[in-house]
Amino acid sequence: MKLQTATSLALVSVLEAAANPGRTIAAAEIAEKYGVSIHHLAKVLRELARAELVESARGVGGGYRFAGNPKRVTLMDVIERFEDISARSPEAGGARPATDVGRALARVLAEIDEIAKATFRSITIDTMLKLIARGGHGAQARR
Amino acid sequence: MRLFDADQTSRGGRRKAARPAAAAQVRPAEAGDIGQVIALDAAVTGLPKADYWSEVYQRYGARGAKQRFFLVADAGRAIQGFVVGEVRDWEFGSPPCGWVFGINVRPDARLGGIGTQLLEAICDAFRRAGVTKVRTLLARDNTLVLSFFRSQGMMAAPFIPLEMDL
Repeated sequence: MKLQTATSLALVSVLEAAANPGRTIAAAEIAEKYGVSIHHLAKVLRELARAELVESARGVGGGYRFAGNPKRVTLMDVIERFEDISARSPEAGGARPATDVGRALARVLAEIDEIAKATFRSITIDTMLKLIARGGHGAQARR
Repeated sequence: MRLFDADQTSRGGRRKAARPAAAAQVRPAEAGDIGQVIALDAAVTGLPKADYWSEVYQRYGARGAKQRFFLVADAGRAIQGFVVGEVRDWEFGSPPCGWVFGINVRPDARLGGIGTQLLEAICDAFRRAGVTKVRTLLARDNTLVLSFFRSQGMMAAPFIPLEMDL
């Protein structure tokens, strides 16, 4: 599954801000760390602020802070600001859905979409931060 | 294998904060607990399943089987939650591993760490039984319980549940 660039930037921005609660992070800091255009990132951050996922602080030392509850905000909450999650998957190979082939392919693609959506809806920012702390690996249940 | 029946109307970000529960002790279920388990499950699912839970107790609790576990979170004889699971050997092509079949916490006792206590307790039981992996299965629209398991560090397993109408 491939997310749009803006969506990916939004996710890393939210995670960077949430990983540093109470600290203001400058857009330039995120842009440099991820090697992205600060202009593109600025647009993403403005959208995140409109969604009240981050809040901006102007002036010297300004930037953005995470504004949500990390145990409640999910990856889907971020993604759906930048992706049309209600859109049907494009027909593979251009097969029209009105045909048997098109309908079968659409069903398979829909199955993949639903699994992806369920995954994004079930992962909170807090869970992602724990995953990041584990180096991206799954956890061993606590003893 | 039973799917979870957690409260599917709850959304992770929009529930009221729960009242803190009294400190709970996790222990094996006893026959006298089943009435409260039935009531807890019915309150969440809307379906009273007295016969089902009596059977679950007989299979997982009453006989003290080494590989089967039915645990409750007891706060002064008030059952705050439960977890059910067992070690299954070589099913679905998997080496022996622990399976969690059901977990639930009273809605007004959530957010107090009871779910975590229950999962940790059954994982300890699985370790003592000699396995090193725990798995579960739940409906993909059960966001609440999916979020809980993921918050405990569980990730998607290399299995795909399949179904067809009969």
